[in-house]
Amino acid sequence: MRFPRTSIQIITLCGVLAAGVAVAQQATISSLRPTPPTQDETPPPMRPAIDASLREVRNYPEQPPVIPHDIEGYEVSANFNKCLSCHARAATGRSQAPMVSVTHYVDRHQQVLAQVSPRRYFCTQCHVTQTDDEPLVTNTFIDIDTLIGMSQDSE
Amino acid sequence: MTMTRRDALKAKAVAAASAAAGMTAPAFAQNIPTARDETELTWSKAPCRFCGTGCSVMVATRNDRVVATHGDAEAEVNRGLNCVKGYFLSKIMYGADRLTMPLLRKRDGVYDKNGEFEEVSWDEAFDVMAEKFKKTLAEKGPEAVGMFGSGQWTVWEGYAASKLYKAGFRSNNIDPNARHCMASAVAGFIRTFGIDEPMGCYDDFEHADAFVLWGSNMAEMHPILWTRLTDRRLSAPETEVVVLSTYRNRCYDLADIEMTFTPQSDLALLNAIARHVIKTGRVNTDFVDKHVNFKRGNTDIGYGLRPEHPLEQAAENADAVGGSSDMTLEEFEEFLEPYTFEYAEELSGVPARRIEALAEIYADPDKKVMSLWTMGVNQHTRGVWVNNMIYNVHLLTGKIAEPGNSPFSLTGQPSACGTAREVGTFAHRLPADLVVANPEHRKVAEEIWKLPEGTVPGWVGAHAVLQNRKLKDGEINAYWIQVNNNLQAAPNLLEETYPGYRNPDNFIVVSDAYPTVTAQAADLVLPTAMWVEKEGAYGNAERRTQFWHQLVHAPGEAKSDLWQLMEFSKRFTTDEVWPAELLDAAPEYRGKTLFEVLYANGNVDAYDISETEAHPNHESDAFGFYVQKGLFEEYARFGRDHGHDLADFDRYHEERGLRWPVVDGKETRWRYREGYDPYVTPGAGVEFYGKPDGRANIFALPYEPPAESPDDEFPFWLVTGRVLEHWHSGSMTDRVPELHKAYPNAMVYMHPEDAGELGLHRGSEVKLTSRRGDMLTRVETRGRNKVPRGLIFVPWFDANQLINKLTLDATDPISKQTDFKKCACKVEAAT
Repeated sequence: MRFPRTSIQIITLCGVLAAGVAVAQQATISSLRPTPPTQDETPPPMRPAIDASLREVRNYPEQPPVIPHDIEGYEVSANFNKCLSCHARAATGRSQAPMVSVTHYVDRHQQVLAQVSPRRYFCTQCHVTQTDDEPLVTNTFIDIDTLIGMSQDSE
Repeated sequence: MTMTRRDALKAKAVAAASAAAGMTAPAFAQNIPTARDETELTWSKAPCRFCGTGCSVMVATRNDRVVATHGDAEAEVNRGLNCVKGYFLSKIMYGADRLTMPLLRKRDGVYDKNGEFEEVSWDEAFDVMAEKFKKTLAEKGPEAVGMFGSGQWTVWEGYAASKLYKAGFRSNNIDPNARHCMASAVAGFIRTFGIDEPMGCYDDFEHADAFVLWGSNMAEMHPILWTRLTDRRLSAPETEVVVLSTYRNRCYDLADIEMTFTPQSDLALLNAIARHVIKTGRVNTDFVDKHVNFKRGNTDIGYGLRPEHPLEQAAENADAVGGSSDMTLEEFEEFLEPYTFEYAEELSGVPARRIEALAEIYADPDKKVMSLWTMGVNQHTRGVWVNNMIYNVHLLTGKIAEPGNSPFSLTGQPSACGTAREVGTFAHRLPADLVVANPEHRKVAEEIWKLPEGTVPGWVGAHAVLQNRKLKDGEINAYWIQVNNNLQAAPNLLEETYPGYRNPDNFIVVSDAYPTVTAQAADLVLPTAMWVEKEGAYGNAERRTQFWHQLVHAPGEAKSDLWQLMEFSKRFTTDEVWPAELLDAAPEYRGKTLFEVLYANGNVDAYDISETEAHPNHESDAFGFYVQKGLFEEYARFGRDHGHDLADFDRYHEERGLRWPVVDGKETRWRYREGYDPYVTPGAGVEFYGKPDGRANIFALPYEPPAESPDDEFPFWLVTGRVLEHWHSGSMTDRVPELHKAYPNAMVYMHPEDAGELGLHRGSEVKLTSRRGDMLTRVETRGRNKVPRGLIFVPWFDANQLINKLTLDATDPISKQTDFKKCACKVEAAT
């Protein structure tokens, strides 16, 4: 292979993890579903959205931030947008909520509009609340700061 | 500072990764690095891995890892936007349980169907697999091997698979999961226009005055197209949005007219609209006279169940499902006579005045209308009919094939169009709309493939649901599944899917990146490279073909589906799989491997490996030539000068995709319309050249009842579908923590009064039961979907809630696509 292989060990790691899964659960290799299709487990309870209003760190700058508060019952329709009643530029003085990103004022043709572009109108297409349900499988994505740190350490 | 469990998990993942890399991650952030060589990222384009919208994504890589993704500002489809799934593409390849070695069920060191999975080498995996396929081919012939592929295959993967099966193994038992997804759309196109895929394109969103959603929940399933629709609706207040669905969904937030209808009654609504157009004298007679034929379609065509099922026995035209006879406009008007607004109201529950308001939008000659649909129409035992009937309305009014007037069939998979349809990986198709049943078409394929006449068999292979039945019945014994999770996706899984996988006569191979429930039921699991771990091409719903380069390595021993197909082909010689008469006719092929015959054929290996120097990929490195380019250029010969022209391979790597036909280097935005489509005869204005006489068909088709409706014992309609945060079976999205935590588990959406009458409330654990199976879940009486009384909605992404245990394997008899949107079930408190 003519690819640069700077992180071959990371790749090997995934192999180790997956092998662990396969050995630990020989009869059922699926790590999301512990039982065969013929046998169901009790579904976990429904948990409310996290409502702590503490910002989560983004995985990378372009990631839409997750919503750190409950939004049940929020109206976002052709007539009214509850989210913008706090997050619109003019509302943030009163609400102290973060202003929607400046990217949201730009239309399809890169023109900046007076208000949030209608193409960004339905907030929950990108921004979602979170519950306390732990993922069933760990994710090994490595944040860029960590990756840079790892490169520095290895030098 | 205390650490939450979530923080601990995150820290663990990072620690594990960095430990393996032989380094320690800094415990606290150091000063912000500013040196260019430390902060620079490599950015490359790639289409999104998920739905059929085909957004382009910019992908940042560093140290052989994807570190960020965002919407591609230069891409016309999405202009810098992604939906929440798209924004989290960076994490889909990094679930900790990625498969990195082949896994074979073994006992005492040898393969055993009832053994436990053990890691094996690719050599051992392919040895066992080849032995099973050879044994099956020798004992029972090509009809006993099969493959279930995908609308997520890249173009060349689907093409290579199609060649391996249709020419190599001489078996047409290859079908994509797209059969579950848009086969009805395909049959609708072929019946009405004689050529597949939409005539319009996404530019229609910026030109239309009214949007009509036929059962499509675009706000969740095609979010970026929904942003374009929303942009138009809110920017131009004179525009209108009409939403038709069997329950209230997020699209209703933008609806000017909302129409919640009883399942199956869309047939009556469309006939009532057509009737209104004719009765009020708004037929575009000039257009209809020049460009349309009228046909009376066969009725009472059954429900695609097993032939012994009473419903099939009772169906008059179960053996002539697609038949039709000529009729006139006057006869069509007469046929529509019963479909008054009042009759449509009676069947649908939608007030007659609202149906009339919608009919007026279509009838008004000054309103440009875009109709949009996906699974609501296609997953329907009369799905082909509904497709035909939407075209009826657009053809009667001449509102078609021009900016803003656009009946638009959306797709759910990234290459449902590009691979499943255009490459023709269906059991009855060949590339560029050719079909296996036509000897002339087979000849074209054999010539392009440099194979002896008679190589490609003429029998139509088993479609998705039939493959499962044949596996269960022991008629297909060696079976390969790639890029899909069919045990979770297929209908009636306990009765018709699972038994076939575990049938002792069968050998089931599953290629996947992750251990899905399908992999769990397999005998051999092959670890697969995904998305930007390989070079790829996808084709979206507006005929746009998009390419990407391999950007990172796959973990461990994982290899792409393409590598797997081609490498496996080396283990067969023509003498082992072709009959004597074929070898006699072409003695020069004797003793050659299928790899040599299919891929080292002078076409596929025509491009030198040096062309991949700037952007290497693991398949080309393995085989020693530019595999993707050779496959694509051979494939493109099918469509060039035949209405399906693709540009040169290299150009796609430069462009944000191009919409075919690409003629003289220019893409085509609106087909069949002079001035836009170079295939239209000059002076014709409009020409539906897919049909020999250049005319499209309007079909007279009635309302007919569904295969199963609620009754006293099973009083609820069960509708299944997706949610915004997860894609299909969740095998990628449920491994992204943020998406999992946004929508962690499936649930049943119920009307609060239905719940109340059953003594249930929000959060109650319930058992859902149909005649075929049951499932445990919890009740949601609020939230994004508000269902009417007597109907429940359950999403199918959750591996722990397999709703397809309940669904019915009834299909549209013409398209063979399953109806996942209506069957009968009951709801009880779980004890």
